[in-house]
Amino acid sequence: MDTDLSSQDRKDLDKFIKFFALKTVQVIVQARLGEKICTRSSSSPTGSDWFNLAIKDIPEVTHEAKKALAGQLPAVGRSMCVEISLKTSEGDSMELEIWCLEMNEKCDKEIKVSYTVYNRLSLLLKSLLAITRVTPAYRLSRKQGHEYVILYRIYFGEVQLSGLGEGFQTVRVGTVGTPVGTITLSCAYRINLAFMSTRQFERTPPIMGIIIDHFVDRPYPSSSPMHPCNYRAGEDNGAVYPSVEDSQEVCTTSFSTSPPSQSVFTVTKAHFQTPPPVVMDTLKVPVMGLAFSHQLSSSRLSYQPAALGVGSADMGYPVLFAGGLNAAHPHQLIGPGKEGGVPPTPSQPAHGTQADQERMCTPLDGVHYSAATPSSSEDTETVSNSSEGKCGSPHDLLETIFIRKVGAFVNKPINQVTMANLDIPFAMFAPKNVELEDNDPMVNPPESPETESPLQGSLHSEGSSGSSTGNTHDDFVMIDFKPAFSKDDILPMDLGTFYREFQNPPQLSSLSIDIGAQSMAEDLDSLPEKLAVHEKNVKEFDAFVETLQ
Amino acid sequence: MNCRAEVLEVSVEGRQVEEAMLAVLHTVLLHRSTGKFHYKKEGTYSIGTVGTQDVDCDFIDFAYVRVSSEELDRALRKAVGEFKDALRNSGSDGMGQISLEFYQKKKSRWPFSDECIPWELWTIKVNVVNLANEQERQICREKVGEKLCEKIINIVEVMNRHEYLPKMPTQSEVDNVFDTSLKDVQPYLYKISYQITDSLGTSVTTTMRRLIKDTLAL
Repeated sequence: MDTDLSSQDRKDLDKFIKFFALKTVQVIVQARLGEKICTRSSSSPTGSDWFNLAIKDIPEVTHEAKKALAGQLPAVGRSMCVEISLKTSEGDSMELEIWCLEMNEKCDKEIKVSYTVYNRLSLLLKSLLAITRVTPAYRLSRKQGHEYVILYRIYFGEVQLSGLGEGFQTVRVGTVGTPVGTITLSCAYRINLAFMSTRQFERTPPIMGIIIDHFVDRPYPSSSPMHPCNYRAGEDNGAVYPSVEDSQEVCTTSFSTSPPSQSVFTVTKAHFQTPPPVVMDTLKVPVMGLAFSHQLSSSRLSYQPAALGVGSADMGYPVLFAGGLNAAHPHQLIGPGKEGGVPPTPSQPAHGTQADQERMCTPLDGVHYSAATPSSSEDTETVSNSSEGKCGSPHDLLETIFIRKVGAFVNKPINQVTMANLDIPFAMFAPKNVELEDNDPMVNPPESPETESPLQGSLHSEGSSGSSTGNTHDDFVMIDFKPAFSKDDILPMDLGTFYREFQNPPQLSSLSIDIGAQSMAEDLDSLPEKLAVHEKNVKEFDAFVETLQ
Repeated sequence: MNCRAEVLEVSVEGRQVEEAMLAVLHTVLLHRSTGKFHYKKEGTYSIGTVGTQDVDCDFIDFAYVRVSSEELDRALRKAVGEFKDALRNSGSDGMGQISLEFYQKKKSRWPFSDECIPWELWTIKVNVVNLANEQERQICREKVGEKLCEKIINIVEVMNRHEYLPKMPTQSEVDNVFDTSLKDVQPYLYKISYQITDSLGTSVTTTMRRLIKDTLAL
């Protein structure tokens, strides 16, 4: 029995794994560039498309990957990892994802290398293409620009997941068994997007000797939202990479339809002249704060210039609240509640009451996705709820100004943060600290207009009059909706309050069932009289009909 | 062999039906399409290249990857469009399902026509909801986006089990396994059908079959 791999098979397998690793890195990095990727199908094989997939090779990325691999291949205990992180314009950075290409010892000796393994690697790359669009970092990377950039780093060796915060989630892209081991591709992604204030001025120390240059911001015109799928040829960024080196190997695979053992596999080497490299690894991003492009956040954030404290504070809040609200949403019609463990209370310097801290931190499950999306809905909802919760409260917007100076992405309740003096411009627009209790429906049942909607129908009985959409989740502090420049000192009503109050108009009385039920009996009783009247006027009606014809 | 069956369920708003269905169907077909085969002498063949492109949804906070093939996209859009219209016109409470079936053809002797043997069946059950105001719609956008992410992960998980796939065919048999009518990619033979469930829960007689290649019955 011949269970050993023939030398040709061994060579082929090594080559497949090497190019699979390189293509994996390309797919991941390209998925985080912030632009839509588009490649063409080609019916005639060009010979240079590994795994029969059109995946462009960004030379710089290939160079980095090869440097990290340093001639080795992923093996047991030596994994290839691509770390995706976010860096704000203020210099704070946070790891978002780690993609790991690992090899374990479980071998599949029976499998055919040049046929089955190759096709399965191709399938795995397709799965990777699909999964890279599904993790939270994709949405973040599509919105990068002035305020933050998405960076990548490739390293080889042991996987290090400690930078992902607590409660990170893992998704497995797939596995492929080979005669020398099983290749596994997976992604661990952060779900706790709160940024630790202590890390404000720290940089992640380089691991495995990777130079910190990779985090250096390079000039990249990020104002245009959509970039063409092809390279920016001709753009010189000062870093010239050796073109394709010695071994840009071309894979011309021929397959045999008769028993796979007869497959003919030809590989030829060719040199390719690559276009001048394009800087793709670091992209400057305009938005200050994570993906909070909702007007709510951006209108406020845009008035927070680089003042470190408060600007960051704003970023902290949406993350926190969005997560909380989303988790507590009972929206059952869409499906089961969010899964994902509840991240334990982050250890922060203790300020404020314990009770507040517990209340704030529990709803953070599922924050990974809600925080990544423009948390517009939750914010808008709570905005409207807060207006219902405190009916006469427009005055509050003018009166109390609590300015807290906190670090970026602080994930703790406002109460816990030390109060600081008012030292930032546009202080009036800073998020107001609303007392938790005021918004708690348990304490203060809100007076809200009736709204009937299918959502409510499924969640509350018809008799409950005090319910309006989304009431059940407003036991968290929320951000006040402060539209830019809308404050009017004369009237207590500003645009935001106006919008909130009239957003959910009361149900039309004719449509409400109670009144309808009552008048039904009356309607029925009055019918005979009405009929008699109409019969008397029958001649008039006939004449009228005649005129119409 | 037994047909592998997977069922996915989604609850969407009316205007999200099309994009949600396309996202799921395209993701499945991405995994079940290869490049065009070019047969050479001695029973060997080479495979063309499959390109991919990102698609952003307008009514859902979601993006997906599909095969770069306009023909395939048109075919799927046509089927999904018919499904959406049937859902809307049925007057039911908006429940239905669309199925994507991969099959192999088995040539039979005359006078019997060819058999279609399914080997994988994907069923997507849809529940259309009506929302009252813009707030709810905004929530729905995000929720459905998250749900679709979960569905994509489910699909990838199934694909990764590496269960039965038809054997690579010889040149004469290729049309029994693959759909060779497209000019840039080659998916496995598939057909899409749908059913609308009326409010009583029984299926109504609106089943549509779409055969890619007509059987060459004598």
